[in-house]
Amino acid sequence: MGGEHVNRWPARLHVVTGKGGTGKTSVAAALALGLAAGGRRTLLVEVEGRQGIAQLFETEPLPYKELRIAKVAGGGEVRALAVDPEEALLEYLDMFYHLGAAGRALRKVGAIDFATTIAPGLRDVLLTGKVKEATTRSADGRRAYDAVVLDAPPTGRIGRFLNVTAETAKLAKMGPIKTQSEGVASLLRSPITSVHVVTLLEEMPVQETLDAIAELETLRIPVGRIVLNATRPALATAGKVTKAELKRGLAEAGLPADAATVNGLATEVKAHLTRQELEETLRTELAEAGRPLVELPLLPRGVDQAGLDELAAALMRA
Amino acid sequence: MTAERLDVDGLLADPATRIVVCCGAGGVGKTTTAAAVGLRAAEVHGRRTVVLTIDPARRLAQSMGLSELDNTPRQVKGIDGDNGGELHAMMLDMKRTFDEVVQQHTTPQRAAEIFANPFYQAMSSTFAGTQEYMAMEKLGQLRATDEWDLIVVDTPPSRSALDFLDAPARLSRFLDGRMLRMLLAPARSGGRSMFSLVTASFGLFSRTVQKVLGAQLLTDLSGFVAALDSMFGGFRQRADQTYRILQDPQTAFLLVAAPERDAVREAAYFAERLVAERMPLAGLVLNRMHRTDVPALPADESEAAADALTASGDSPLTADALRIHAALVRQTEREQRVAATFTDAFPAVPAVSVTAQPADVHDVDGLRTIGSLLA
Repeated sequence: MGGEHVNRWPARLHVVTGKGGTGKTSVAAALALGLAAGGRRTLLVEVEGRQGIAQLFETEPLPYKELRIAKVAGGGEVRALAVDPEEALLEYLDMFYHLGAAGRALRKVGAIDFATTIAPGLRDVLLTGKVKEATTRSADGRRAYDAVVLDAPPTGRIGRFLNVTAETAKLAKMGPIKTQSEGVASLLRSPITSVHVVTLLEEMPVQETLDAIAELETLRIPVGRIVLNATRPALATAGKVTKAELKRGLAEAGLPADAATVNGLATEVKAHLTRQELEETLRTELAEAGRPLVELPLLPRGVDQAGLDELAAALMRA
Repeated sequence: MTAERLDVDGLLADPATRIVVCCGAGGVGKTTTAAAVGLRAAEVHGRRTVVLTIDPARRLAQSMGLSELDNTPRQVKGIDGDNGGELHAMMLDMKRTFDEVVQQHTTPQRAAEIFANPFYQAMSSTFAGTQEYMAMEKLGQLRATDEWDLIVVDTPPSRSALDFLDAPARLSRFLDGRMLRMLLAPARSGGRSMFSLVTASFGLFSRTVQKVLGAQLLTDLSGFVAALDSMFGGFRQRADQTYRILQDPQTAFLLVAAPERDAVREAAYFAERLVAERMPLAGLVLNRMHRTDVPALPADESEAAADALTASGDSPLTADALRIHAALVRQTEREQRVAATFTDAFPAVPAVSVTAQPADVHDVDGLRTIGSLLA
C-alpha cells in the first residue's frame, strides 16, 4: 500500500463539499480513511456543528479535541475534530494573547457569542484558521498530519466560506484578524489545498457542482475532483424491450407471463431507461467541467464501517 | 407504514389553514413540495395562494416565471384558474427584506447611517441566520396584509433544518445581549462613541476587544450598535409575533424527507422540536419513494430467473428487465425500512409517500403530478 495513492491525491488539505444530501460527510470520512493507509495519520474535520462524523462512526458527539476514531490496516489512523467557533476563538485568543482565564471571562459577558455571531466572516476565519493550524502543525520536525480532510459547508456556501479574506476585509482593515485571514487565504490558494465536489447523478446537485466549480475557479481556489456518489449500474444493457419479447422470456424462465406482470415490467424498464439516459446526459455535463471524475457505488446497506472501507478503497484506486 | 395517511387535500381545502411551512433537510425536495402544494391549493381548492421560495433550482423558478430575487409575488401563468384560485410565487431577497425592516423601525437619517455601516452590510447579507430570520419576517409581512388565502413557505437550506425556528430567537437574544449593552453603555451615558469605552476604560474587557478586533472595527461596531439600539424593541416584538403565528392552528408544518438515513434522522429531530415548541405538525411527506409495478415477483426469484436466462442465452432483454425489477424491489424494501424508522418513532404523525419521478420536476405539469401524488 505504501504511498502510491499520495500521487493521486497530492494535496495535503482536502476540502470536501457538495449539495446537501449528496453524502459529502461519508466521502470525506472515506477519503480520510483511504489517505491513512500505509501507516499514515489523517485528520477529519467538521465545522458546522452537525456532529455528522460522530453519527457516521456511531460514536459519542465529538468534543473540540483531536481524537482517534479509526485505525487503518498498516498502522495508520484517522483522528476527528469538530471545530466549534467559540472554542476556536478562545484557543486563538489564548495562543496569541495568552488570555487564559480572561478568555473565559469574555465568554461570560457574551463576547464570544457576539464575535462569532455578528459576522460570519469572522466565524469562518476562526474555523478555517483552525483547519490551517492543523494542516501546518508539526512536532519534532514531523508533520502532525499527513493529510487533513475537511467536511466543508455545502456547495451553496462554499465560495463564501473559503473566500475568507474578502469577507473579513469588509470588517477589519488591519489588525490580527486581517493577518490571520490572509494566512488562511494563501494556504487555500496554494497547491497544498484541493477542493473536491461530491454529487449525485441528479439535476440539481450536478448544476450546483458546476456552479461551485466555476465560483472556486474565479476565486483561484484549486478544484480537485468531482466525486460521483451512489452510482448505480446501468442495468438496461440491451435497450428497449417489447411486451411480446417479455412474455416469451418470462415463459422461458418459468415465471408468470400474465398481462399485469408483463405490463408492470415494461413500465419499470421504461422508467429505468429514462433514468439511465438522464444520467448519461448529466455525466457528459460533468465531464465538460474538465475535472477528473471519481465514481463511488451506491451502498445498498447504507454507509456502515464496511461501507466506508469500501468507499475508501474505491477512492484510492481512482 | 403504520401511521395514518396524511390528508393534504383536507388540509389545503380547509379555509382555516392559512400557512403551510415545508421543512426538512437539504436536498429532499422541499422547494418542489412547496410549489406542488401551492399549485394544488390554487387549482384544486380555488385558493388565492402565494408560495415563498428561498433558493429554488433555476429551472423550477423559471417554470413559475421567477427570474430574479425581487421580493414581489408574481402570478404564475399557465395554471387552471377555473376554481377561482390563483398561484403567485416569489423569491426571498434577504438583504432587501432586512433593509425594509430597518426602514420601518427608524428615521430615514438613522436608516441611512445603518445602511452605510460595514457591520450592517456584512450582517444583512451573511449573518448566520439572517436568511432564516428574513424568511420568517417576510412570512409575517405576507400574513399581515391578509390578502392571501394561503401562504406556502419553503424554508432555507440551512445547515440544520431547525435554524429558521431558532434564528428569530437568536437574533433577539443577540440584540438583547450583555455584550451589546456593555458596548452601548458609553454611548448612552453621553460618550460619543466606542472610543470613550476603549480609551477611558482600562478594563480587561475593552483592552482585549481592542487588541483582537482593532480600533477601526470597534468604531464601526459601536456605530452599528448605537444605530440599531433604536430598533431593538421592534425587532424583538416582530420575532415574537412571527413565532406565535407559527404556533397558531392556522399554520401547518409539513416535514419533508427523502428515504435516506440522514434525511429521516433530521425529520425525526425536527418532529421532536416541533412537538416541544408546540408547533402544529401536520405530517410527513416522504418524497422520492420508489414502488414496483410487479409486487408479486420477489427480488431473489427475479434475479435467479435473470441469471438462468443469461446462462441459456435466451432473451437478454428479459434478463435485463428482471434485474431492473430485482434492483427496484430491493430499493423499495430499503426505503420502506428507512421510512419505518420515522413512522415507528412517531406513530401519531400522519405520513404520505410521493412516488419518485424518473426525471427531475421543472415545469407546472410536473408539479401538478407531484400535487396529485401528494393529495
